[in-house]
Amino acid sequence: MNSIPCWAITLVVAVALLLPHSSLAADHDEIAEIHQEIQTMKSEYEARIASLEARLQAAEQATKSAEAKAESAQTTAGNALVAAPPVAASAPASASAFNPAIGLILDAKARYYSRDVGDFRIPGFSLPHEGGLGVEGLGLGESELNFYANVDDKFYGSLTTAVAEENGDTTVSVEEAFIQTLTLPVGLTVKAGRFFSNIGYLNSTHAHADDFADRPLPNRIFLNGQFGDDGVQVRWLAPTDLYVELGGELLRGASYPAGGGSDNGKGTWTAFGHVGGDLGDSQSWRAGLSYLSARANHRDTGDPDAPDLFSGNVDMWIVDAVWKWAPNGDAANRNFKLQGEYFARAEKGRYTPAGGVALPLSFDQDGFYVQSIYQFMPQWRIGLRYAQLEAERLGSSFAGTALDERGRTPWDVSAMIDWSNTEFSRIRLQYNRDESGLRPDDQVVVQYIMSLGAHGAHQF
Amino acid sequence: MTSIVRTFIALFVALCATSSAAALQVFACEPEWEALAQELGGPNVTTFSATTGLQDPHQVQARPSLIAKARRADLVICTGAELEIGWLPMIQRQAANPKIQINQPGYFQAADYVRMLDVPTVLDRSAGDMHAQGNPHVQTDPRNFEPVAKALAERLAQLDPANAASYASRYQDFSMRWQQALTRWQEQAAVLKGTAIVVHHRSWTYLENWLGLQEVASLEPKPGLPPSGVHLTEVLSQLKSQPIKLIVRTPYNDDRPSQWLAERAGVPAVMLADTVGGTPEAHDLFALFDDTLQRLLKAAQK
Repeated sequence: MNSIPCWAITLVVAVALLLPHSSLAADHDEIAEIHQEIQTMKSEYEARIASLEARLQAAEQATKSAEAKAESAQTTAGNALVAAPPVAASAPASASAFNPAIGLILDAKARYYSRDVGDFRIPGFSLPHEGGLGVEGLGLGESELNFYANVDDKFYGSLTTAVAEENGDTTVSVEEAFIQTLTLPVGLTVKAGRFFSNIGYLNSTHAHADDFADRPLPNRIFLNGQFGDDGVQVRWLAPTDLYVELGGELLRGASYPAGGGSDNGKGTWTAFGHVGGDLGDSQSWRAGLSYLSARANHRDTGDPDAPDLFSGNVDMWIVDAVWKWAPNGDAANRNFKLQGEYFARAEKGRYTPAGGVALPLSFDQDGFYVQSIYQFMPQWRIGLRYAQLEAERLGSSFAGTALDERGRTPWDVSAMIDWSNTEFSRIRLQYNRDESGLRPDDQVVVQYIMSLGAHGAHQF
Repeated sequence: MTSIVRTFIALFVALCATSSAAALQVFACEPEWEALAQELGGPNVTTFSATTGLQDPHQVQARPSLIAKARRADLVICTGAELEIGWLPMIQRQAANPKIQINQPGYFQAADYVRMLDVPTVLDRSAGDMHAQGNPHVQTDPRNFEPVAKALAERLAQLDPANAASYASRYQDFSMRWQQALTRWQEQAAVLKGTAIVVHHRSWTYLENWLGLQEVASLEPKPGLPPSGVHLTEVLSQLKSQPIKLIVRTPYNDDRPSQWLAERAGVPAVMLADTVGGTPEAHDLFALFDDTLQRLLKAAQK
């Protein structure tokens, strides 16, 4: 629009230039003629100005649209020297936008045993319900459904349910349902609800992340596969470069090795400490010591139809260690993991064997496992595991009961190979030589584990 | 008595001075953001990188050492766009550090400040390892460092107002040097425009966009899946109709697939650092792109 005053000035200058001529011409007619000329020029200029204005406007429009085109071209091609900040994501504002992340795990196993497992027993141990062997043949294991999200700025919440079929009934069980603080000061974290205990190494990880199709023998016997209960956990992380985590849990005492929710529903407590760090770029490690104290009140084990009962105190110690290696710390192509846990348990109280009378019991048992996993190329891993149990020899009054160790040291050894197309899918073949029962057993398991939807980050 | 009081006050003042002078603890998920924090923070920050230039940042684990470092961090700088989804959320939850939680000033995502490429229109994992927000390897285009540096300098000043002037002037200085370097790099790389390449993983989308390289194929059949023999053969036959000049991989990609293809296709395979420390030469951000261009130009001449 600057050009209008410009043309106006030109006009004024032109008129001014003409004026001296007019002053020289004294004739009235001449003056009238000049006046006429000026009028003509004026109207001519006005017309030209109008046309120029129109052209200018058109040009401006064209420039604007060219600029817009250039801008959109830059946006698509990303050609700008310095990229502009992003436009806010145009996610539709619906109520479901705040839905928690949902993860689904599909896990199925086919098992083959060389012996009849109907009467599977481990001498010296009265088995908890998840301590035995899985059902033989093709079968659907547990399908796991996990919901999680930050509740708000201070809390995180997670629910994990397991859907399984047992004896023709479909059961939905709450594996974990907890909230956790995010913003407590001085390195404290509090978790409350139902959760897997942080004792030991393997216990707090979900079974779908396991490196073998079954839990190690001592985890099955001493923790009923996986120990979780309702309660509160407090963890403190030291402000040091060395990872030092100390914590404890107060739990209801409804789960094995407790039972019956004794002591008004606060019958179990734990304490644990873990330390860890790196050794250069390629190695990392973690080690820990945990303690669990539980009170059992008519805890039933063994055959569900004719159970052994125990009431009394349980003290358990766990020592755990894990060491991982990957070239330059890059686990994508090759990596190695060595882990082991040692369990020692003392039980004092009254033991009532199935169909028998109550016996006073003071009993020590222990066990350990060591396993290693080697990913030798992308997608492929092999693993080897050895596990062993040992029960104290009891007096003659226990002869013939589940706690009679019959001079045996139960053990098993497992070898597995698995293939993972992506981190979301895994197919596994496992062989066990199981000498934990009364007779040796050769076992083969084929398993798939598939993860759909959101998949939460895994623990170390 | 007064001397004691004086000494005490002096000591107190000294203590306050040291505590206020204590450097901002920066936890970077990747080395490029550690390097940028050093450029902008200088003596006001101490930095730590969770990964090295020889590690695939997708594949890191929530190691105890990382949790311990994150516990004391004042600022966590990551790429975002789900690059660290396999480990960072676990570290944030385990570290018991309110400062570095999501939506806190102590949590900075570089991807929030750059224009994302390869944003998928359909989210389905049959297409491979998808990132809903787009390709997360934003650091391979040096132009992206300018807006990230600006935002990071502002964030550092927000967290450490006492040194705000220092962050602002260091940013000005960095920005000036970076623009000069960009001009130099773009002149050097002009000859590469239109060069057809094959990549191992789609790590180089932003570099291609910057230099005008044409990505013909990737050695991974789908993002995140290792190269298979079948797919490599397909790529090799594709190259008959679409000839290329280079095969590009990162230091942490297996070198065998690109060597296999290089021998059969008769083109050089070149390893490029995708971050600081990926090659011995790439010791800082400037050296990273100097080295990248040198390697590309050298290989393209063959």
